[in-house]
Amino acid sequence: MSAISDTGTRRDTTFTFTIDGVEIRAQPGQTIMEAADDAGIYIPRLCDHEGLRHQGSCRVCTVKVGGRSVSACTQPANPGTNVESETPYLTKLRRDLVEMLFHEGNHLCPMCEASGNCELQAMAYRLDMTNPTKFPYLEPNRDLDASHPDIALDTNRCISCGRCIRASMDVDGKGLFGYVGRGIKRRVAVNGMDLAHTDAAVTDHAISAEVCPVGCIIRKREGFRIPIGEREFDKGLIGHEIEEKANA
Amino acid sequence: MDVQTSQAPETVEAAPPPKAEILEICAEYGNDRHRMMDILHTVQNRYRWIAPETMEAIAEATDLSRIQVEGVASFYSFFSLKPKGRVTIRLCDDIIDRFHGLDAVVAEFERALGIKMGQTSRDGAFSLEFTPCIGMSDQAPAAMINDVVITKLTREKARDVANALRAGETPEKIAVPGFSPSSAHERANRMVNSNIRHAGEVLLGPVPQNAGLTKAVSITPTQIITTMEESGLRGCGGAGFVTGRKWRFAAGGEAERRFVICNADEGEPGTFKDRVLLTERPHLLIEGMTVAARAVGAREGIIYLRGEYEYLRPLLEEVLDERRAAGLLGTEIMGVRNFHFDIRIQLGAGAYVCGEEGALISSCEGLPGEPKTRPPFPVQRGYLGYPTVVNNVETFCHAARILDKGAKWFFDMGKEGSHGTKLFSVSGDCLNPGIYELPYGHSIWELLSIVGGEDAAAVQVGGPSGTMIGRDSFSRKLTFDDLATGGAIIIFNGSRNILEIVEYYMSFFVHESCGYCTPCRVGNVFLQKAIAKFRKGLANPEDIEYLRDLSSTIIETSRCGLGITSPNPVLTTLKSFPLIYSTMTKPTKDGIRDTFDIQAAIDGARKIAKRRSYIFDKDFSQ
Repeated sequence: MSAISDTGTRRDTTFTFTIDGVEIRAQPGQTIMEAADDAGIYIPRLCDHEGLRHQGSCRVCTVKVGGRSVSACTQPANPGTNVESETPYLTKLRRDLVEMLFHEGNHLCPMCEASGNCELQAMAYRLDMTNPTKFPYLEPNRDLDASHPDIALDTNRCISCGRCIRASMDVDGKGLFGYVGRGIKRRVAVNGMDLAHTDAAVTDHAISAEVCPVGCIIRKREGFRIPIGEREFDKGLIGHEIEEKANA
Repeated sequence: MDVQTSQAPETVEAAPPPKAEILEICAEYGNDRHRMMDILHTVQNRYRWIAPETMEAIAEATDLSRIQVEGVASFYSFFSLKPKGRVTIRLCDDIIDRFHGLDAVVAEFERALGIKMGQTSRDGAFSLEFTPCIGMSDQAPAAMINDVVITKLTREKARDVANALRAGETPEKIAVPGFSPSSAHERANRMVNSNIRHAGEVLLGPVPQNAGLTKAVSITPTQIITTMEESGLRGCGGAGFVTGRKWRFAAGGEAERRFVICNADEGEPGTFKDRVLLTERPHLLIEGMTVAARAVGAREGIIYLRGEYEYLRPLLEEVLDERRAAGLLGTEIMGVRNFHFDIRIQLGAGAYVCGEEGALISSCEGLPGEPKTRPPFPVQRGYLGYPTVVNNVETFCHAARILDKGAKWFFDMGKEGSHGTKLFSVSGDCLNPGIYELPYGHSIWELLSIVGGEDAAAVQVGGPSGTMIGRDSFSRKLTFDDLATGGAIIIFNGSRNILEIVEYYMSFFVHESCGYCTPCRVGNVFLQKAIAKFRKGLANPEDIEYLRDLSSTIIETSRCGLGITSPNPVLTTLKSFPLIYSTMTKPTKDGIRDTFDIQAAIDGARKIAKRRSYIFDKDFSQ
């Protein structure tokens, strides 16, 4: 980005920093993740989504800057800093976080409609979650909300990323969803008795396939239209679009 | 607490309060969404619950959605979405209360009121529930009855209290028996003993009135900040950030408004020093806040008072009024032109995480008590987006004294890097629990001999988020560089079960995590479950490494101080008492970890079938 300085000449305000030793260019005000995305370096993330406010809650994008761990989606990029991202240590932390999310909810991939399109599942593959996990299962038992004619909600599969909350509030201007409760009981709930008592529409951005990363928000009568094997992450690892930018 | 909690068998029926009355309450607070905590408090106190219809009415008045109101109402422990009794009895279930006869008190209340913990009586008269540390560890077991506090409970006292309540006596009369007290200070003192065991030179010794503020108006704001920096004062809430530097950051840059907030939300189990300062030195606290306001150029202040200390609110309001009348708050303070500052009290509602400054600011703004993303820091963009200084009660009191006596006086006390005195809240197994004001630098041995706790087997320094040490480490010193503490010193003798303490502390963090970030929300549940395995004797040797590994992930990836310190009970006891863990583990013969509990897994089926498995049920006999 260029800016007009007091003297009227164009001045380059971009700066550089490194991610895993690769020097990349950033604009003032960019977060580490934004700059990395532009440079074709993918930093794993679940709660962050293009076009939505950054939240920094899933912590999967944790990186190290100057020895401190920060979330890359919220941390401003700083000139001259060295960011560590794809180290074995950080990949292990990220895998732990993804495992926590798997164990917090009921994620039974073989019977889930989202399988193959699911970012949680895809992230597990990317982070090499191939061994049996060691955490206990929390097995939530929340009611399925199938009240709406076109949409169903299974919050037992929710990973609390809050993408639907931000999409509905900021993009659709509806505020369909919100967090209620605290701690392990904190969950996403709808702005009404159930979904049928809200103004949710299947055309909402918040309800679209790209916003919910897992199989929590389900559009009725669409299930398995694209067969397993031809789904988004059957084609490539999660993050490949960003990484292809670097090769282009 | 487990994910699945038991529900009371019956719910009390109650009609939602009339909408017009709710709208009136909202109007009292200017229909201001930032005053959501006050609106919800008023509704909860008056109607004993926040009904779905009530949330809709509040949403309408404050121009929010119902789910946003529900997000706040469901976050705080003291707000209830189900009807509560006209009298709610909250028994403190901290580990200190448990070790001092809580069980008998619980049994007595349950018997006398005819309800179990977690239930509300069918006639809507009483609710009985547990609550974490209410800041009375020096006089445990203690309880809150609505907004008043009762301490030193025994089975007999519990019976008397329950009987008096059933006879229609008000909680106030029970907590403050006899003639009505002449002042708010006397009322607080008759309810709760301040237990000052050692008064130091700075805070609890004789303090001249407003000497610090008088000095502050005679010098420039920059000079005030310089004095703070030279004194070496560091935040007394636990984190220990240099106070002068915080003030300098907040004073810098352009801003339309600035704020000074006092963090009176001491929720760290075993901490109660701020309770004593709020009771005994309220003028000094407000003087310190006023000094800070002059230093950074703030006109507005907030005291964030934890919900558990609601009984201190009348006292603080009285002091604020006195100071306004004396020209020490309000416009042109001490006759100085352009020196305007006033303070409101924001009552919390039962959420430990609100002691974290970002979460505290969120709560003041009427939001769920979730920490904020940093940067920006509160000194840059805090309350409502304006530069904000958040300091602990003790820190403000120190600041006022430093202005009066000078930076050098304060700097010369204590040790290098840890200057001045510190209030220690001492509780647990010792002769004289209470408050001790001592210079930094004493060893644990020295402190134990002062308080009469020489036979301690373990000392928890700084509460659960701090460090648990054993006798081999009692020569360590109470300084920021060695054993840093917000003031809690909890003493355990050799009869206490360390793993029971650790399991309780982990359940506390599970209960108090805000749930925003994955590692703290989920990881702490796993830690708690793992410790439970050790206690049941189901742990394998590998589980020790599992505890360390999981703790390190939680610490590395959590977003705020709660998650970064929550594994400390596990990690510091692993370090101080490794044998306790290793003796509780046993290798399995077949190398399979004991994580799968077949009994629990088949329990549902067993109940449906009304049969017991003679293969898996160890107790089965024909």
